[in-house]
Amino acid sequence: MGYTLFEKIIRNHSSAKKLCVGSIVEVDVDRMMIHDFFTPFCIEKFHMMGFSRVKFPDRIVFIYDHLVPASFIGDYRHHKVAEEFASLQGIKNIHRHDGVCHQLMHEMGYIKSGDIVLGTDSHTTTYGALGVLATGIGYTEMAAVLGTGKLWLKIAPTIRIKIDGTLSEGTYSKDIILQILADISIDGANYKIIEFQGETIDKMSIASRLVLSNMSVEAGAKAGLIAPDAKTIQYLQKHGIKDDIDLIKSDDDAEYEAELNYRAEDFLPMVACPSSVDNCVHVCELSNIEIDQAFLGSCTNGRLEDLEIASKILRGKQVHPNVRFIVVPASIGVYREAIKKGIIELLVNAGVIINHPSCGLCAGRSGGILVDGENIISSNNRNFLGRMGGNEVNIYLGSPATVAASGLEGRIVDPRRYL
Amino acid sequence: MIHSGHVIKLPDNVDTDIIIPTQYMTLETIEEMVPYAFTPLRPDIPDKVRKGDILICGDNFGCGSSREQAPEIIKLLGFYCVIAKSFARIFYRNSVNNGLLVIENKKIYDRVKEGSKISIDLEMHQIQTYSGELIEFGDFPETVISIIDKGGLVNYYREMNMKDHS
Amino acid sequence: MLGLNFVDMTITEKILARAAKKNWTKPGEIITVAVDWCMTNDATTHVSIDIFNDKLNTKKIYDPDRTIFVIDHNVPSESIKTTQVQNKMRKFAKDYNIKLHDGEGICHQILLEKYVLPGQIVVAADSHTCSMGAIGAFGTGVGSTDFVGVMVTGKTWLKVPETIKFELEGQFAQGVYARDLILKIIGDIKTDGATYMAMEFGGPAIRKFTVDDRIVLCNLAVEAGAKNGIVEPDEVIEQYFKRIGRCYDKNMFFKSDTNCKYEKKHNYNLSILEPAIVSPHQVDNYDVVVKIEKDNIFIDQGFIGSCNNGRIEELRIASKILKNKKVKPKIKLIISPASRTVFLQALEEGLVEIFLNSGAIVLNPNCSVCWGACQAVLGEGEVMISTGTRNFKGRAGSPDSYIYLGSSATVAASCVAGKIVDPRNLIK
Repeated sequence: MGYTLFEKIIRNHSSAKKLCVGSIVEVDVDRMMIHDFFTPFCIEKFHMMGFSRVKFPDRIVFIYDHLVPASFIGDYRHHKVAEEFASLQGIKNIHRHDGVCHQLMHEMGYIKSGDIVLGTDSHTTTYGALGVLATGIGYTEMAAVLGTGKLWLKIAPTIRIKIDGTLSEGTYSKDIILQILADISIDGANYKIIEFQGETIDKMSIASRLVLSNMSVEAGAKAGLIAPDAKTIQYLQKHGIKDDIDLIKSDDDAEYEAELNYRAEDFLPMVACPSSVDNCVHVCELSNIEIDQAFLGSCTNGRLEDLEIASKILRGKQVHPNVRFIVVPASIGVYREAIKKGIIELLVNAGVIINHPSCGLCAGRSGGILVDGENIISSNNRNFLGRMGGNEVNIYLGSPATVAASGLEGRIVDPRRYL
Repeated sequence: MIHSGHVIKLPDNVDTDIIIPTQYMTLETIEEMVPYAFTPLRPDIPDKVRKGDILICGDNFGCGSSREQAPEIIKLLGFYCVIAKSFARIFYRNSVNNGLLVIENKKIYDRVKEGSKISIDLEMHQIQTYSGELIEFGDFPETVISIIDKGGLVNYYREMNMKDHS
Repeated sequence: MLGLNFVDMTITEKILARAAKKNWTKPGEIITVAVDWCMTNDATTHVSIDIFNDKLNTKKIYDPDRTIFVIDHNVPSESIKTTQVQNKMRKFAKDYNIKLHDGEGICHQILLEKYVLPGQIVVAADSHTCSMGAIGAFGTGVGSTDFVGVMVTGKTWLKVPETIKFELEGQFAQGVYARDLILKIIGDIKTDGATYMAMEFGGPAIRKFTVDDRIVLCNLAVEAGAKNGIVEPDEVIEQYFKRIGRCYDKNMFFKSDTNCKYEKKHNYNLSILEPAIVSPHQVDNYDVVVKIEKDNIFIDQGFIGSCNNGRIEELRIASKILKNKKVKPKIKLIISPASRTVFLQALEEGLVEIFLNSGAIVLNPNCSVCWGACQAVLGEGEVMISTGTRNFKGRAGSPDSYIYLGSSATVAASCVAGKIVDPRNLIK
């Protein structure tokens, strides 16, 4: 019996002879990412554990993104503690205001297909789109990984999700993942690996693939993997990876716990309704949900591709007067490219508020907090109760196109009419 | 060893944003965050809970963000353990790493009410409800139980590093 | 010209006389003036709204077309409380058909870009309304109750101020700007040196001041206690309105009479001025940067923005220093253009790219760090150099933080150096 992509990556990082679903193995970790929200806690635990030196300083990346810019007086402490630790430990990979961690990790060439990468953030699964076994862990666990360079994990079964065909215009990878979440629910892949395959995936840009992997964790998945291909290699090389990349993939006779098959043509623009990510409906089922705010950004949908779609819809038009429309590019790189292409100018002319790359409102601390009774349509990944302000704020999630079209109309609308 | 405690019950899909809302997460100590636990859903819990109480939850408990303050706060509130129909992955690991006993069991949820008293026998892997009904729960993987036994990953590694240095 | 020639008057006196429908006024007189524009922002409008709703019998706005609401202080909102306050404003503006500028930039910048004209009277619930004097209008800040009065009656009572004249001659040496001048002036006359008075900036040098420069001067007049700051409108102002496509009335370009009476006169030779640095925690705690450089004041943050120094000229100055250079890695240099219009121009001129390439953080147009309540808030012990208007204790965050004030050049240069330095070292 063949191995899944997940199992192959594990085998390359472990001395375990026998691998079967359910068994526990210890693996070597290629890269560890800690963001500013958790630096003090991680560092504190590291010291409490009695470690004095991190095992592999070159493998560690510190990224400040949740608290950039600082919104409250205590925020600076997270950065101060990180700086002191990095200086003492010889950690040189620090990004202080370059963008969201899950965008920078691949843009800056820290990861490559076949790696095992851990981050103190649930959306670390994002890099699975590049064939990386990437998953989120807590800061105590990360402290142990900093000290040992290793992690124990349970061999998880894989759910294969195969999508073939061509996506219709106005439908995007965000709509795909929202439909999948509606079908399998937010614990439908709990403890499992999701592996995306199929013609539609092959045709997708890297940016679109990242969306699928990013939101795999919303189904409880340990990782959301896509086998690397020529596109992956091109992307990684463009972002500084010089190593040879092995095109590993699941064997043809690998065993999957479950298989879901979709036709791309069947997907429609979707919206996740309050307050669960699997509470999804087709956008046309929503009538007259007036919105107070629109947000385009986050590690899910803050890339150039996403801003481009929004600018297409908003070209020559004005954001609805009742809507506060906030856009936060996912990285400096994205921001710069968007400026060069005239996208930022277009958006500002349309009445959009553009802010410096960071997690922004998705992190829910600042950047457009809402009050009870208000509605927001957002391109981020979560709409939990109280996530962006009061407990009765209604957070709807959608694709960048849905967000842009809704920002224009002042209510949630089908973006296909605006493309 | 048998432990008894009163039940506090939570529904399905309680995410970590509910367990500890984002705006309190840059308070300097976990202790300062405790009064805000569960505010979006059950703001009564911090005042209501007594040491040794047992948190009984539906499916997918602890889903969402990887914020480790979630299990830390549950432990600080005084809960003896969390029994859920199912746990979200990162939360489960974080609980183990913080020495918070987490038991996965689908049967107990519908057999207890908030406020009722139950007993847990870790040796026999049994839960007894107030009506005397016995419900079995499964074994823990060796790795998991050894970390919980030590009180969490910090103690686990502290002991290990002390041994290495001596 | 109107018949305002019974008595020699200053420009401020003339503007007030006209608004009071009088032929002349003199300092000390209490008059009632018709107000051309009244404005309030999200810092205090909720208080005004409560007064309007709870304490007044009539629920009528005198002239909604001349009432401006601006949301600029906490944008985007950082808390439920802030959003509640802002929503109150939004609803009131909608109910009463009041113009609302929501997240487009700083209130004074918007007023100057879109509404105010020379010779007009502007009353607003914000102390830096004195900025209006830059284009030859009379602008003054008032409290929430006063603002409600203006909003419902279209009038307000004012005591005609005495005027201090600042005669400016010479020209700035390289690396010295209008910001350094106004900081020196405040350092000389102190924070109560112009209390209740008008500060009139004139002399041969003023004719060469751009509109941006004039705003820098008038905007900080309140930091010396002044009621208003003002510059006689001239050809520069005409060109400005032509450039931005707004109509103006030359008859409203008032000038001070040759023999008008000034309470005091101060002369300034711009040629001998040097880059300024104002130390915590008062706006008159002035010195020249070159003197304190040796103290090696390391900084954690820099800010370029605010209603004082967030316009295109100040951004250009900063970009010249930051081009092909890097902000020291651990320093946060925050740049926030004063309005959407300024931001667009900065994009067009490639300034935003220069800022991003240098490692600066570019935020949306709003009061931002100067207001110190929602963006880049300082922590305990942190030190900032800023182009903001004030450096009071705790203004930018922690009560245990330190704010130095300087020009955009000084801020940019210091962020590259990692400590407070004279910008002339980095200007070619």
